[in-house]
Amino acid sequence: MNAKSTYHLSCPIPKTEYEHILMAHGGGGKLTRQLIEKMFYSGLGNPILEKGHDGAFLPSIKGEIAFTTDSFVVDPVFFPGGDIGDLAVNGTVNDLLCCGAEPLYISLAFILEEGLLMENLWKIVCSIKKAADAAGVKIVTGDTKVVERGKGDGIYINTTGIGRILPEQNISPENSCEGDVVIINGHIGNHGIAIMSARKGLKLNTHVKSDTQSLSGMMMDLFNKVPGIHVLRDPTRGGLASSLNEIAQSSKSGITLYESSLPINEGVRGACEIMGFDPLYIANEGKMVVILPQESAQKALAIMRSHKEGTESRIIGKVTSSHPGILQMETTIGTHRIVDMISGEQLPRIC
Amino acid sequence: MKHIDEYRDRELVEKLARKIGKEVTRNWNIMEVCGGQTHAIMKYNLLQLLPPEISLIHGPGCPVCVTPIEMIDHAIALARLDRVILTSFGDMLRVPGSISDLLTEKARGGDIRMVYSPLDAVELAASNSEYEVIFFAVGFETTAPAVALAIQQAKKRNLNNFSVLVSHVLVPPAIEALLSSADHRIDAFLAAGHVCAIMGTHEYLPIAEKHRLPIVITGFEPVDILMGIFHAIEMLEQGRFGIKNSYSRIVKPEGNQKAQDLLKEVFVEEEREWRGIGPIPLSGYILSDGYSNFDAVKRYKLKKGIAADYGSCMAGLVLTGRKRPSECINFGTTCIPERPMGAPMVSSEGACAAYYKYHRSSANLQ
Amino acid sequence: MCLAVPGKIVSIDRSNPDSPMASVQFGATTRDISIQWLADVKVGEYILAHVGTALSKVDEEDAMFTLNALREMGEIE
Repeated sequence: MNAKSTYHLSCPIPKTEYEHILMAHGGGGKLTRQLIEKMFYSGLGNPILEKGHDGAFLPSIKGEIAFTTDSFVVDPVFFPGGDIGDLAVNGTVNDLLCCGAEPLYISLAFILEEGLLMENLWKIVCSIKKAADAAGVKIVTGDTKVVERGKGDGIYINTTGIGRILPEQNISPENSCEGDVVIINGHIGNHGIAIMSARKGLKLNTHVKSDTQSLSGMMMDLFNKVPGIHVLRDPTRGGLASSLNEIAQSSKSGITLYESSLPINEGVRGACEIMGFDPLYIANEGKMVVILPQESAQKALAIMRSHKEGTESRIIGKVTSSHPGILQMETTIGTHRIVDMISGEQLPRIC
Repeated sequence: MKHIDEYRDRELVEKLARKIGKEVTRNWNIMEVCGGQTHAIMKYNLLQLLPPEISLIHGPGCPVCVTPIEMIDHAIALARLDRVILTSFGDMLRVPGSISDLLTEKARGGDIRMVYSPLDAVELAASNSEYEVIFFAVGFETTAPAVALAIQQAKKRNLNNFSVLVSHVLVPPAIEALLSSADHRIDAFLAAGHVCAIMGTHEYLPIAEKHRLPIVITGFEPVDILMGIFHAIEMLEQGRFGIKNSYSRIVKPEGNQKAQDLLKEVFVEEEREWRGIGPIPLSGYILSDGYSNFDAVKRYKLKKGIAADYGSCMAGLVLTGRKRPSECINFGTTCIPERPMGAPMVSSEGACAAYYKYHRSSANLQ
Repeated sequence: MCLAVPGKIVSIDRSNPDSPMASVQFGATTRDISIQWLADVKVGEYILAHVGTALSKVDEEDAMFTLNALREMGEIE
């Protein structure tokens, strides 16, 4: 799936021509055409995209189809560990995987801010291409609009994703039941802390990188070898605690987390201690919560750990019939408490 | 993390809990003054480890919670001015004033920025000379020195576009006020370790002697808090009173002398209104004459207003330990963190929010 | 009331006598913290940081002593 591709490192639109995105690049005329052909086709091209229709003509897909949409707004656009381009592809791919689907096609709609450096757009297109190749998906259609300077954060990307639901899996948040275990594929909180540190305001110095990655390789392997997965969820905004709360509520079962098993790296821990944040509520962009029956757990862990996205996979909790609808935590000191949904956004605390 | 993980050790915690259980022979009410301790007690559910004889009363030590509505209204009025950047700590932005809160004002177009440190607000003033930068300063004696330092630096750097809305409060007068009321039911205090890191321990001895009760200077990790409770119970059971420093790796009897000197230079004590409690003599800071140029109240001629909390809100009773959050009719129904009626539901150190976040019984869940 | 966190001093900058600063490490994240009130701190020592200022030095000897006493504390007296 991961064919070795070559990427042009220099921007296909010469600096001498247009160094920045102009309003006219979204105007539908010659400049729009040039942007699409030189930038998007040469960066992302495939026969379906290059047909240049108003929409993509897709070959027929057997069985049920998973269809998802997502928007990506991130400040800064380039951050440690990734940029808005791979974030958009990985986020869409991972959403399809959560449905128990094989990711196939993605659409991209760009909202560009007048003045965006052409070179930066090219960097983003390159990382889109790299992420799409790694995940085995094709970019099949797209759109470009330009807004006036000051009316956007450089670039916003909206995506849709289409995947083929694998008939042998039946994945849904209601499925979790007593006796299931909760697995995660690695450290939590990295994306959120990487973004916060990249912003100037808090003046944190950390080596924490965003975990943005496609989980396609690991999850497709898991789908093929472990039938009967109950729930999948990518704990993005709102973090692990919000995802598990949603699952507990929709399945009307309880979930108990083991605090001492939670994988949190020292950079994230340190930043959270200083700011008074709880890593349970910090965003991830390359993590998957897998809930399945206890008897499949060891096999699933072995498969997940054999992939680079899952070397740190571990069991972090269990599903129980006590405290239905509630996420509870067994703390490091052996006591129990509720882990609630977050109210509002996490703000740095002084106290 | 060194100096943190050791104090979250399960074995030590369990050992201390057993020691407390053995020591206690009758009912005792212990107030932890500080909201940070309330937060840790709830986050680690230390209540689960304590014998039923011990009741913890959650005190008024949440600076965000006790900041008077009038001050928040002032901050909102300042944020609505042209060419003003209003800065404050993150947890202050959510607290409702009488008409709005700062996050809502930000959404309406106010230039409101949260900072980690008041020193960052000074830097902001230095790099935005065409704007007025105002820092909304809340906090106890722990936080006030950092604000004093920020003001001193602004003065040295001649930053005339920097000013501070001062709403600092002091712990000892609040403890004295709580103990002076006839119907208090407090047998011992856990004093706030980080306040004492600055102020030392001497202020608490006269209070302990006057009211003949133990005051134990206590840290913030589970082992620290249980150690504080253990020392308090030990003194109570033996009929002793006085102060005990249970956080000696951080707190020295004399405190931080240089920080205290700076506080004396920049601030003077004055009567201060505590939200939910009322006015307490000499319990707050205003800027001293030498620094009054930096006072936002004077610079913008802010007038005293009248602002009242919701009538049925029991914040005052909760903040003084007379009621538990769950005993309030609004708790978890009309008053929730997304729509707080009173300050203790707003900040995560507030007793109501901490109860709601960590200890709602399932019956309270919708 | 006051979130203060112990961190290790990794470097000190006294180039501005009005504002001595230290780079302080918390876990694997660092931040610049004012050491205005702690004239004698050294690289490698731990301080307690709150809103960008160092409130006090962590007394390592005292911490060791207390922890050892707790660990050795008998269950029956």
